[in-house]
Amino acid sequence: MNGSANAAILSAAGIHKRFGALVVLDDIDFAMMADKAVGIVGPNGAGKTTLLSVLSGAFPPSAGTVAFKGGDVTAMPATQRCRLGLVRTHQVPKPFSGMTTFENVFVAASHGAGLARDEAYEEALASLKLCGMLGVANRRAETLGLLDRKRLELARALAARPTLLLLDEIGGGLTDGEASELVDTIKELRRRKIGIVWIEHIVHILLQVAERLICMDAGKIIADGEPQAVMADPEVVRAYLGGGPK
Amino acid sequence: MSAVSTSPVIERGTPASRISAIAVVVIIVLLADAPQFLSAGAVDRMTALFIYVILAAMWNALAGFGGLVSVGQQVFFGLGAYFAIRLADAGLNPFASLFVSAIIVGAISWPMSLFMLRLRNGEFAIGMWVIAALTHLLVNLDRLVQGETGTSLISLNVYDAGARRATIYWLALAAMTALLAILFGLLRGSTGAAIRAIRDNEDAAASVGVRVTGTKRLLFVLAAFGIGIAGALWLATSITFQPKTYFNVQWTAYMIFMVLVGGIGTFEGAILGALLFFLIETWFGGTGVWYLIGLGATAVLFSLFLPRGLWGTLEERFGLRLLPVGYRVRLPANATDSDTVPTSQQATAHREKA
Repeated sequence: MNGSANAAILSAAGIHKRFGALVVLDDIDFAMMADKAVGIVGPNGAGKTTLLSVLSGAFPPSAGTVAFKGGDVTAMPATQRCRLGLVRTHQVPKPFSGMTTFENVFVAASHGAGLARDEAYEEALASLKLCGMLGVANRRAETLGLLDRKRLELARALAARPTLLLLDEIGGGLTDGEASELVDTIKELRRRKIGIVWIEHIVHILLQVAERLICMDAGKIIADGEPQAVMADPEVVRAYLGGGPK
Repeated sequence: MSAVSTSPVIERGTPASRISAIAVVVIIVLLADAPQFLSAGAVDRMTALFIYVILAAMWNALAGFGGLVSVGQQVFFGLGAYFAIRLADAGLNPFASLFVSAIIVGAISWPMSLFMLRLRNGEFAIGMWVIAALTHLLVNLDRLVQGETGTSLISLNVYDAGARRATIYWLALAAMTALLAILFGLLRGSTGAAIRAIRDNEDAAASVGVRVTGTKRLLFVLAAFGIGIAGALWLATSITFQPKTYFNVQWTAYMIFMVLVGGIGTFEGAILGALLFFLIETWFGGTGVWYLIGLGATAVLFSLFLPRGLWGTLEERFGLRLLPVGYRVRLPANATDSDTVPTSQQATAHREKA
């Protein structure tokens, strides 16, 4: 899957998403190169998670197309997109509660990455180690606290061997120490050439990783570019602090 | 992971499970020899036990492992008996009919799964009951069955009663052994992990590459096939076929009872539950209504005080695993020296205190 240097690995064109009368995504165009780290910020209700769900195939857009690795994947379900290398985590962790931490990750290694038994064991253990979860490998996921559930989301997605990882607020509620551990883990993924799209409210940890920042508000992209410039953009400031109707 | 001694190891068995594997073989050999020593009545009872084990194991696989709670599994029980009657009437050997019938039941469950698996949770559970009631009516339309009067597997009567009884016993034992082996192999493999993942969170399972619909379909068809065999074997032991007896929701109620009391979602639990149900029926089955009240009360007490069932509770309290399908990670003794593990453990301990 080596496209030409300027071919986007993931692109979305004219994405609309409506839930009944509510327009959540309003004509989103987005494209990114492989092996890049893109951050997405925006106030609550901006449509960030909905965009991630459309990109990952959790549900289809009302209009528009999504392409991954050069092919149209708009109608492709999440299972197949995952197997192609486009993997997401969930904002509200969705562990397999009745299974152990290891088993959670093993499912992704054997099905998402399509690995045979022994390779899947190794992949699962490596993901757990990277996310600092070997110590809780035998605990049932329902007994894990919120921090470990968030780590499990990341470990499980990694075990599916993504080429592009979509992260949805995995840093929420972390202490400074925990957040810097998370940043170290993400930087390690960047060294492994895994592309990242990361939605996060905690901007300062996002800025340690993101090479490009997108700000969304009310279903639209209102700023897109170099992170510091985006954060200084008057539109972005207004979206966050409120400045009356535009 | 530099050296073998410092790498975590994945364990599938336990010392107890290695002993129990041998015990399972010994028990099956003993059961195979048993008809020589047992009375005719006892052979029939044991045949019933094997059928109960099949029913419990199938419902447990479907609901306990796959999260597909159905209250209409009697549809496959009834169809298993019905097709055996039909095939025998068409001239097929009655013993062969029992198994060909189950294959037909499995084949029918495939198109049925196309629309039933679109339903979720309660809709699926009740939808299956509706399917069972509907199928019951359709079977009644077959003139061979003569409505609720029913019919018999008369072609079995050409065999000597003793030989027939022993043959059905062995067929039931063989069917139970084979089905449990298939189920164990399936649940222990990577498909089994996918099945449990779907049970716990379908969306998350899809997002990590699990083929949700195909996996559910496989489980649904396997359970239909197994319950179809059970229905056909029940017909062979009782000879008579009355649709309302076979398409009765009581069969699913028994399955639920056995699985809940034994321990839902554990492989051993379903077998233990079937054994308990069999003993309760043997001892108290003659007491009529009080027997049914006792069954109901037992189920209520278990769901209130031992929601994980007998085996689930034993497993949790004593770490007892005789037929394990899960995975345990054994960390090397020096794992605490490595960089990542202590961080996580300290963090966990810290949060638990908080």
